[in-house]
Amino acid sequence: MNFDFSEEQNLIRDSIAKWAAAEYDFDKRRAALKAPDGWRKNWATIAELGLLAAPLPEAHGGLGGGPLDVFVVMEEVGKALVVEPYVQTVVLGAGALKLAGSEAQQSEHLPAIASGERIVAFAQAEPKSRWALNDVSTTAKKDGAGYVLNGQKSVVIGGPQADHLLVSARTGGAERDAKGISLFLIPKSLSGVSTRDYPTVDDFSASEIYFENVALGREHLIGAEGEALSTIEQIVDEANAALCAEAVGTLRLQHSLTLEYTRTRKQFGRAIGEFQVIQHRLVDMFMEVEQSMSMALLATLKLDTPERAKHVSAAKVQIGKAVRFVGQSAIQLHGGMGVTDEMRVGHYFKRATMIDAQFGNADHHLKRYMALSRQAA
Amino acid sequence: MNLDFSPEELAFRDEVRAFIKDNYPAGVREKINRDALAKEDYLAWHKILGKKGWSAPAWPKEYGGTGWTATQRYIWLEENARGETIPPLPFGVSMVGPVIYTFGTPEQKQRFLPGILSGDVWWCQGYSEPGAGSDLASLKTRAVREGDHYIVNGQKTWTTLAQFADWGFFLVRTDPNVKQQEGISFLLIDMKSPGVTVKPIIMLDGGHEVNDVFLDNVKVPVENRIYEENKGWTCAKFLLAHERSGIAGVARSKRQVEKLKAIAKAERADDGRPLIEDEDFTRKIAELEIDLSALEMTELRVLANEQAGKGPGVESSLLKIKGTEIQQRLTELTMEAVGNYAAPYFRGFPAQGTNDFPIGPDYAHQAAPTYFNWRKASIYGGSNEIQRNIIAKMVLGL
Repeated sequence: MNFDFSEEQNLIRDSIAKWAAAEYDFDKRRAALKAPDGWRKNWATIAELGLLAAPLPEAHGGLGGGPLDVFVVMEEVGKALVVEPYVQTVVLGAGALKLAGSEAQQSEHLPAIASGERIVAFAQAEPKSRWALNDVSTTAKKDGAGYVLNGQKSVVIGGPQADHLLVSARTGGAERDAKGISLFLIPKSLSGVSTRDYPTVDDFSASEIYFENVALGREHLIGAEGEALSTIEQIVDEANAALCAEAVGTLRLQHSLTLEYTRTRKQFGRAIGEFQVIQHRLVDMFMEVEQSMSMALLATLKLDTPERAKHVSAAKVQIGKAVRFVGQSAIQLHGGMGVTDEMRVGHYFKRATMIDAQFGNADHHLKRYMALSRQAA
Repeated sequence: MNLDFSPEELAFRDEVRAFIKDNYPAGVREKINRDALAKEDYLAWHKILGKKGWSAPAWPKEYGGTGWTATQRYIWLEENARGETIPPLPFGVSMVGPVIYTFGTPEQKQRFLPGILSGDVWWCQGYSEPGAGSDLASLKTRAVREGDHYIVNGQKTWTTLAQFADWGFFLVRTDPNVKQQEGISFLLIDMKSPGVTVKPIIMLDGGHEVNDVFLDNVKVPVENRIYEENKGWTCAKFLLAHERSGIAGVARSKRQVEKLKAIAKAERADDGRPLIEDEDFTRKIAELEIDLSALEMTELRVLANEQAGKGPGVESSLLKIKGTEIQQRLTELTMEAVGNYAAPYFRGFPAQGTNDFPIGPDYAHQAAPTYFNWRKASIYGGSNEIQRNIIAKMVLGL
């Protein structure tokens, strides 16, 4: 057993931290959020730092890293509250290509993703699907050599920035069937694709995406027709592991900011951190952060094993619990300041909260964990 | 002991229910849903109630109260929650009003109480300071007597809706050389006085609800001081106990539970069935309902004590802690219920005069911002940690 990160991974971590300190601090981040194209410069830097290339295969312009490299990136992403669509492009978009894309599709897209030219968003959830990956009403009907795409996708994170969409659509079967779901990687500019863009409560951007008789070619299909559910499940597990690492970054910051605040904030003639009730709360937060780190790491290290799903769900349950307890405690111990927009801590709280709701909350994953345990028994 | 309403109480319930139905302005309800309330919207119901003589049911009849029993007041709150009204804001009716009729001179009562009852005068609260939150008695805003005026200097914070306020009630230090609690006075300050500056504080949900208030050589007539000089802490403590007794918010929480259930009926669980049929989610709602039911019964017991002349006591700390925990839990479950549509952020959406159609169901638009914003509830009015200290000391004798 060895719990060390590699030298390369430590270098990645340092380079992000350095960039974040210089170019992505609270005020610069806020300024970039307000500028209509503020994210472009950040995306270029993310590409230059090699973060996009890190987990991609060397044969296609990548650096040949794996899930642990993504973990390192995402923990720092969490600490800096990076809102650019990294998970969408690298974990979901490139992930689907790596798992199911043809050699031609990989050569076409992966180098462009690695260099920062291609941004992908995952158009998967639908207005009524909640977190069920098999619940797909969007249809791709066979039409000559290609398909015609119709339907609506909701809350597509990174939709406004993306130039390509990874779309789950039904090529056969009924709305909730496991069979009959296919994946397509399509340019957003195709005729019949319309979007409505909006900000999210945690400063990301998202789109509602409408497909109206969009003509797709055979070359847009990723993997075998009607057999995409297992690919979707795997990339969503990988995305969830990445989001757990991001959550750990936000949790660490919420804890350290709160620790700092309680050491300096004085009431009743002393730092409030001297009160035992505050100390115990800080200790409980600390324990939840460490437990979360452990579970996020475990899930990451098990991604390429048959126990992947169970460990990812377990991590998501722990994270769901921690984002509530640590986040609510961080705000509470900051007092009124914690509820203001000007304090950093609240922004971590908001992001962490929304991570719980992405790709299944704690309840969803507890159910999945129990179902998987029953199957194994 | 008997929990049933008498025939007279049932008749009263029907009367107030009909009054709310016939008189509550419909436009205000629509604006709440769009998060677009203006000053006159906050006051609309207050003014209607002022004309009817129902704006301050808890006040003694001689000062403009309704003379209702505790049970009638309970019914009144229930029916207002049911009708989703915006009740008269607490700053006048529940906070400074009782201080004025309890500690004020006959002239002060005559001068200030009518405007509070009618809703013509908007009040705000100048208590907390950047350095004086939980430790309120350490406040530093200074008032120095000069002839028949005080000259006030300092900064107050978390002043809710001060941007609309006509008057404010302030705790100021009039004697810095005695024990903290013994050098504080209670001043009423006209917010239009030269030297008063209100600056917005933006909250986590993006809203402007609280403010910093800066006082720079503000001249305040001595006749605007309530009670004796340096005895303001007595008024402050009295007011905080009153503030807490309304803070449980049982009736509103019961209404929120109903709304949550309606959302859970409309949303689908992952297996495609309505969320309300999902075992895990229903369990959470049930646990919340049981907590709320216990709190309601506890509050009724506290009210019965109050009716018997024992006044709002330290039990109000219990109501504040449990009440705010339940309110927060409700916002959390509501956010959870709406799933992916918790994420879109639409402040004041949809903009008037545009053809934009909303994203996701209406009930989802404010779910996450409300969860974020409502973290304030366990902090304001004396943080829940301070409330626990009060119970430990005053009830348990620790």
